[in-house]
Amino acid sequence: MLEERITMAHGSGGESTARLIAELFAPCFHNEYLDKMTDSSVVPGSGRLAVTTDSFVVTPVEYPGGNIGRLAVCGTVNDLLMSGAEPRYLTAGFILQEGLPVEVLRRVVSSMAETAREAGVSIVTGDTKVIEGKKGGEGTDQEPGLMINTAGIGFVPDGVVPEPDRIRAGDKILVSGTLGEHHATILARRMGLDNESLASDNAPLGEMVRALRDAGIRVHAMRDITRGGLATVLHEFAISSGRTLIIQESLVPVKQAVRDFCGILGLEPVYMGNEGKIAIVTAPEDAERAVRAIRAARYGQDAAIIGEAADTAEGRKPALICRTPVGGERVLGPLYGEGLPRIC
Amino acid sequence: MNRNDLEQVRTFLHEYDGPEIRLMEVCGTHTASIAKNGIPALLSPAIHLISGPGCPVCVTVTDYIDRLVSLSRTPGTAVVSFGDLLRVRGSRLSLADARADGADVRMVYAPMQMLDFAAREPDRTFVFAAVGFETTAPVYALTLEEAARRELRNVKLLTSLKTMPEVIRAVVRAGTPDGRGRIDGFLAPGHVCAVTGSNEYQELAEETGLPFVVSGFTGPQLLASIAALVKLQGRGTCLNFYPEVVTGTGNAEAKALCRKYYEPCDASWRGLGSIPRSGLRLREEYRTLDAGSSGLDGDHAARGCECAKVLTGQIMPVECPLFGRICTPQYPNGACMVSQEGSCYNWYISGRTR
Repeated sequence: MLEERITMAHGSGGESTARLIAELFAPCFHNEYLDKMTDSSVVPGSGRLAVTTDSFVVTPVEYPGGNIGRLAVCGTVNDLLMSGAEPRYLTAGFILQEGLPVEVLRRVVSSMAETAREAGVSIVTGDTKVIEGKKGGEGTDQEPGLMINTAGIGFVPDGVVPEPDRIRAGDKILVSGTLGEHHATILARRMGLDNESLASDNAPLGEMVRALRDAGIRVHAMRDITRGGLATVLHEFAISSGRTLIIQESLVPVKQAVRDFCGILGLEPVYMGNEGKIAIVTAPEDAERAVRAIRAARYGQDAAIIGEAADTAEGRKPALICRTPVGGERVLGPLYGEGLPRIC
Repeated sequence: MNRNDLEQVRTFLHEYDGPEIRLMEVCGTHTASIAKNGIPALLSPAIHLISGPGCPVCVTVTDYIDRLVSLSRTPGTAVVSFGDLLRVRGSRLSLADARADGADVRMVYAPMQMLDFAAREPDRTFVFAAVGFETTAPVYALTLEEAARRELRNVKLLTSLKTMPEVIRAVVRAGTPDGRGRIDGFLAPGHVCAVTGSNEYQELAEETGLPFVVSGFTGPQLLASIAALVKLQGRGTCLNFYPEVVTGTGNAEAKALCRKYYEPCDASWRGLGSIPRSGLRLREEYRTLDAGSSGLDGDHAARGCECAKVLTGQIMPVECPLFGRICTPQYPNGACMVSQEGSCYNWYISGRTR
């Protein structure tokens, strides 16, 4: 039987660590590679590999729509997908703070396991360390927390990997759904606001990426829209392709709850972080089909075409331009400043 | 406003070919909304929008920041602030610099959050960086009221509270009839007016002979207000285009709360110096709650920084030699590039050139 809270002993590498693994991690994550409990897992596969790693430090660790465990799987899986890879294996490193309720850890780990199953990846090896707990520091969130690092491996089928320098004038810009939910949810929680209509969008996006591939869509650029938001992603597309990208603000999908929340705080959905949305640039004649394919896939029901690429005018620099609902026009640069710390 | 009216307003503003007209907004939220709605692109070249001293962070002098930095480094003291102010540099350091160096600086979204810190850590003094205009002054007063109710004795304010009417008079005086800095009309601050009432602005209009329009914050509301100012040019009158929120006399409760805690005082403004009766300070009976706000008048901005001229409409942000070169939102030199309500920040992020 496990204690109620994590203690330094759970990171000792001794008996307590063994019990934590045996009673909590192993039953949730179990698969033929992890079950061997060897120093490293030997896994099958060959070909072109995509490898990535990401650390997750989001606070609070549980929030409406998900938790740090689900996020740790989605973040890494989506990064692999954006490189054109089929995600297969994940590693999981846990840094737990002394005093963390074991029940919280259990919820995080089971949601991690469930999300991994959904995404079709196996968590094949892991590690646990314990550090001192918080001593009544900044902010209202005083509970001891945890951090997770996941590394991911995927296999990249033969074919072209989308790169933004393939964007051409006339190409269409798409987003896979509504913007800003993760950011708004985390921020609202930290401000102590309980808004029942806000929930994080954290989700693994394999189904929609495969749907695009199966439909034979010519994807010229694709990126998941995380920290920095849509504007930061499209600004980078503009710079690396040398094109001018133009979006219509009125076409950018945003849920009403997020719109209201942003209005109060003076935030802009196009700069807010997401954990289950992608921006895609396609050949013009494929755009409508792409929207249909994404809408038919899980997490893609609100996909929309929001703008297009153009040649950059003589004497101008490549940029992202936003047409506003009143008919005005402004440049959208990358996100400046700190953004929201510890959002993922 | 219906589509037809909006279309008419847009056409009028786009095709206006009368005398050059220079209109000033004196509310940071208007500045940000003008950028967000891409409004400058809709105006005829004869209509100029100028951001005035309406962003609280931008008008704060360096002495005040220096005092916050020194408080944050005092053992047993923590400085609590809204996020924007953290990155504004004093004569040498910002609160963010001090925090990175180990000082106790805490960012909050609402002053009330400070009271929870104070309750949890009774041996520490918490000083709120109370900057702002008539809109935020009542919020700080309410925080003090609540602190008293909860019997928290370790809470103070360092105030740099400003009021609008006197600074508007100063801006009007600073402009030369045909030179730079001349202002032909004002977008009156919608949120400030919600507290103070629009009557103050009717007085200002009559006194200066200039039009004022109390404006809301959406794109269509701003366009309608700008069009009204253009049509009213040369007439000393004030129109309330935000009647759903603003009344002639304002919010009596908030005003009473402010009268209870504050009294008018002279205040120092970046770029404008000390202006008589343009600020608020804690009354004598609440002076023990003040962390040393008086006499913070010195202003030593970074070399070459032209925030002062920008704030009074003497130059456009893009005319400052530092703009976009060594002064950017990522590495701001002056306060106007730090604040999300700052005119330089908004010109920079929206690619505005006129």
